[in-house]
Amino acid sequence: MADFQIKDTVDITDVVCPVTFVKAKVALEELEEGEILSIHMADGEPVQNVPRSIKEEGHQILKLLDNSDGTYDLIVRKVGE
Amino acid sequence: MAFTNEQLERYSRHIILNEIGVKGQKKLLEGSVLIIGAGGLGSPAALYLAAAGVGHIGIADADVVDLSNLQRQVIHTTADLDKPKVESARETMEAINPDVKVTTYHDFIASDNIMDIIKDYDFILDGTDNFPAKFLINDACVMAKKPFCHAGILRFGGQLMTYVPEEGVPCYRCVFKNPPPKDAVPTCKQAGVIGAMAGIIGCLQAMEAIKYLTGAGELLTGTLLTYDGLTNEFRRVKLPRDVHCAVCGEEPTITELIDYEQAECNGITSDDYK
Repeated sequence: MADFQIKDTVDITDVVCPVTFVKAKVALEELEEGEILSIHMADGEPVQNVPRSIKEEGHQILKLLDNSDGTYDLIVRKVGE
Repeated sequence: MAFTNEQLERYSRHIILNEIGVKGQKKLLEGSVLIIGAGGLGSPAALYLAAAGVGHIGIADADVVDLSNLQRQVIHTTADLDKPKVESARETMEAINPDVKVTTYHDFIASDNIMDIIKDYDFILDGTDNFPAKFLINDACVMAKKPFCHAGILRFGGQLMTYVPEEGVPCYRCVFKNPPPKDAVPTCKQAGVIGAMAGIIGCLQAMEAIKYLTGAGELLTGTLLTYDGLTNEFRRVKLPRDVHCAVCGEEPTITELIDYEQAECNGITSDDYK
């Protein structure tokens, strides 16, 4: 994770769809363009859907890190506004 | 203002929308809408605006809930009979969403109180059932430079149009000039209406309020939208501003509010066809 200047992190392991994506979207809206967010999410539905939804919003997915404990960290660069 | 987890969940289907997002939802929570008439049109509008999280909703109506209202005035229930409509509406809205502050006006809207009531609101919905009220709301909103959404329903038909105080936008009086003669207006006995028509047109009014508050999409300004429930036909009629309009024209002749007389109704209250 040292490769990126992470501005903020958000944990969405404690919520279910669609609040997973909503929490990630809210965190992204609070960043400036170009800043980087790390999203901590569970395996399964979140990891299948949240990266895709964030991509559809126009943001740039930099990396998906497997924590090997059933969770992932999605590294996203904010695009726009 | 930061959202609580509960609010994120409550408004998640709004926040997901690109046109609304976090910013739009905050605008709704900080926004205010006055609904004049807690009847057929006002009921669905109030339900959806409360559910949407419009932070302050005003509701004005002088009547109490009558059995003949319940076929279409869906914010009231059988248990609310004889209760002031504004109280019944307030209870329902507060039960739907505790984020909403409701202000009630248990009064007829007239020339001597309307300016004072509308001044506190960002957007106004005309959910009234009579021409004197519709012209009064129009003239007051033009004079106070307040945006509002006109609507009317009758039988299987409905219509709505939005006014904003901007260059080139026609007001209700640009289009309809004056109230029709009293004998041209159907009496209550002749004037049925399908309850679902109130739902459709009232929801379209709520949509106009949401678009105005969030800035999403296009408003029905300069456009009268009509709906015929029998033929399933929606029509958008483009209408220009009338530079000679008596209230919003270049040389207005109406400079004070008018309380027009209402048609007699054989002892049946006018809201029987709201």
